[in-house]
Amino acid sequence: MDQLLQHLVNTLVLGGTYALLGIGLTLIFGIMNVVNFTHGVLYTFGAYMMFIVVHQLGVNFFLALPIAIVAGWLLGAAIEILLLRPLRGSDIDTTMLVMIGAWIAMQSGALWIWGGVAKSVNNPFPDAPLVLGPVSVSWLRLFVLAAAALLIVIAYLLINRTKLGKAMRATFQDHDTAALMGVNVSWIYTSTFAIGSSLAAAAGALLGPVYVIFPQMGDLAAVKAFAIVILGGLGNITGAVIGGFILALAEELGAGYVSSGYRDAMGFLIIIAVLIFKPTGLFARAERVG
Amino acid sequence: MAEPILSVDHVGMQFGGLTALSDLNFNVGEGEILSLIGPNGAGKTTAFNLMTGFLTPTKGAVKFRGVALRGLKSHEIADLGLIRTFQRTSVFPRDTVFDNVLIGLHRQGKLGLVESILRLPRARASERAQRERAAELVRWIGLEHRANDLAGSLSYGEQRLVGVALALAAQPKMLLLDEPVSGMNASETHTFVQLIRTIRDRGVTILLVEHDMPMVMEVSDRIVVLNYGRIIAEGTPEVIRNDPAVIEAYLGQSGKKAAAHA
Amino acid sequence: MNRLATLICLAAFISVPLWLTDPYLLNALITTGIFIIGAMSLNLLLGFTGQLSLGHIAFFGIGAYVSALTSLGFDVPIFGDFHIVHVPWPPIAGFVLAIVIAGFCGYLVGRLSFRVRGAYFVIVTISFAEVVRLVALNWVELTQGPLALTNIPSISIGLPGLGYLVLKTKLQNYYLVLAVAALSYLLISRLVHSHYGRAMRGLMENETLAVAVGIDVTKTLTLAAVISAGIAGAAGSLYAHYIRIIDPDVFAFISTVTMVIMVVSGGKGSLAGPVIGGVIFGLLPVFLRPIMPPEAQWITYGGVLIAILFVLPRGIVPTLAPLLGLSRKQGDTAAKAAPLAVEERA
Repeated sequence: MDQLLQHLVNTLVLGGTYALLGIGLTLIFGIMNVVNFTHGVLYTFGAYMMFIVVHQLGVNFFLALPIAIVAGWLLGAAIEILLLRPLRGSDIDTTMLVMIGAWIAMQSGALWIWGGVAKSVNNPFPDAPLVLGPVSVSWLRLFVLAAAALLIVIAYLLINRTKLGKAMRATFQDHDTAALMGVNVSWIYTSTFAIGSSLAAAAGALLGPVYVIFPQMGDLAAVKAFAIVILGGLGNITGAVIGGFILALAEELGAGYVSSGYRDAMGFLIIIAVLIFKPTGLFARAERVG
Repeated sequence: MAEPILSVDHVGMQFGGLTALSDLNFNVGEGEILSLIGPNGAGKTTAFNLMTGFLTPTKGAVKFRGVALRGLKSHEIADLGLIRTFQRTSVFPRDTVFDNVLIGLHRQGKLGLVESILRLPRARASERAQRERAAELVRWIGLEHRANDLAGSLSYGEQRLVGVALALAAQPKMLLLDEPVSGMNASETHTFVQLIRTIRDRGVTILLVEHDMPMVMEVSDRIVVLNYGRIIAEGTPEVIRNDPAVIEAYLGQSGKKAAAHA
Repeated sequence: MNRLATLICLAAFISVPLWLTDPYLLNALITTGIFIIGAMSLNLLLGFTGQLSLGHIAFFGIGAYVSALTSLGFDVPIFGDFHIVHVPWPPIAGFVLAIVIAGFCGYLVGRLSFRVRGAYFVIVTISFAEVVRLVALNWVELTQGPLALTNIPSISIGLPGLGYLVLKTKLQNYYLVLAVAALSYLLISRLVHSHYGRAMRGLMENETLAVAVGIDVTKTLTLAAVISAGIAGAAGSLYAHYIRIIDPDVFAFISTVTMVIMVVSGGKGSLAGPVIGGVIFGLLPVFLRPIMPPEAQWITYGGVLIAILFVLPRGIVPTLAPLLGLSRKQGDTAAKAAPLAVEERA
């Protein structure tokens, strides 16, 4: 029972960051219909940003986080403008392959610049974990949970309470009608990609200090993001949040009670299972973003 | 009366809370040319999709040669001999006209895999026969001068003709045409009417959904008129032309009065 | 590409060992050839049926492991004391089994693809490949996990009683790979130009229309997947018996990407595309190695893939072949058929 409680606590922490990953991708995939293979790279980028800003620029840890997120936003916008815009109107295969090319180039770039040796980021929290009865959780992880929760709320408000969010939701429903209504669809695409990328970077920036940072860390993150999107339904933010926690739970329980080697397989197995049995996702109300 | 080739038995279609069609009930006799007409929004497209098996009715059944279409996959319906055309995307755009028809001959060329790969004599003969038939069909629709052009580069009207050739290649017993002459000029329409008659004379039953009234009046044996999801009239072109309900549906009350004084 | 050009290329490939003596380059050509077989099989699914399978390396890797395990033998505990034991069989048997089992996996993927298409299919295939990789990594009793299967025997051909020829030298392996590659090319070519190939093409170009003329989606996709997977499995088997050591890295996603780059740059939907693209990207590392580190090479490949998609979206062969007068004119057959029909009526 104690073990189960510990697993549940871990799930909350992990689930929050997974939710961020998932929201970012479901926005991009849902609104732009782009299979974004660079999502994992943005995750890695966010983590490396934390490393650079905290260790090489000597900036305060809490300040580094927003910097990493903004950097992710900028990189996402750059990718969209340089690679996706010129290909608007191409078939989905072409954009997918371009994203793959970008992913390889960027990941190899990270490998070249920082090498394959894992890096770690020091955090200002005390090492001793907080112990609440049978469960223990580090202060860092609590911070991660709180920050993720805050970002999820911000994302939700952005989509549902702002003009930008409204335009994004309109574009999700029908590109042409949105354009006729005066929405600058081109800029919506750029904004969507940038926002989605910044969320991935945020997830990486939060989890980087928890684990270690290495160039290929984004690969698994990318697949998990897809699993979450498929689970929650395309364009469905609430679904992505719930999906993120479901995935985290499956991983925790799988690692705890089956075998830790297969922990990462959970994401893939979920994808396969959902697509076989319920391709529209668990929450098939995804007619609109939000 | 002889067994109808297509029977639409008290078919109803609901989309959520919206009733698109209610109590559609009519038959198509073998060898007929029947047209389905009605004002915009009358439910023609829905009816068409139900009759081709692309949609499953919420009530009632559509039967082709006695076989219910419910639960059948699209290619199984095609295998029964019920073939439809498409209004848009009626061709394989990146293939030549000839190859388009060749693909359409799929039902004709079924052979074992090993035979095909080893190019055994039976496979070679089958290929030859298919190519001859394709050439014949291309000639028949009058496009042999465009046989090697990509179907996507043809004009709208020419693409429709390729679509018909494709449908004929699939060996239909009944052909359902989805607004076949929309976008065609008078001369193209006239050629098309001849084409339809010739197809019927070869033993293929034809049902078409159309807006072009003169064409419909000219080519049909019988006409079924829909409005607001129901059949409001059924009969020969003469009968339909003078039916007050039909006139009202298309022209409104003033049209009815005008027709009465005509 | 027309028949003459194909035969000339084949002759060129056959002649290579006669003038290329550098064993390092020959080795590169052999592994390139193996990957070209994989790329051709991917092209069948991607270029001729329109399904982007990014898990294709799974079939390759499954073929490699099946072939290796068949020829090495294994002893795997299942429940408690219950073991499954397999005694080593000749590598040729491994080759055949690799094709069969990889093909069967292709069948499973094909049936799955009936339900999901487009982007979701891509994701499912990636997931499938990763699950297979994790199984190979973790089921150590069977696969040795990261410790790798070693000492895999080379392929030997021959008949009992008449003697065996063990294909150990690079020269022998080169011709073995070339033979399998040529056979695969022929098989794919025959398939693509047949009635089945037309069904695949119809499906790719306009699925709604294809279905309306009677093309069975599931059967067609499954057929393409099975043949595609079987050929990839054959390539994997060749790889296992040539390199003679296999570990779970054979399932690395980067290998699928390599094959995708080969197909896309060469020209998906053309028979020669994967061959040309394969030669370029298989040999490029050899020439780039002295000038840049592997990371830089991969940045280059990523950049090249993007550049090709922007500049030559159809790939090298479909763009260049018409310019060189090499494309087989599809309409020619129409002109030939018409007079035939007329004569018969006369």
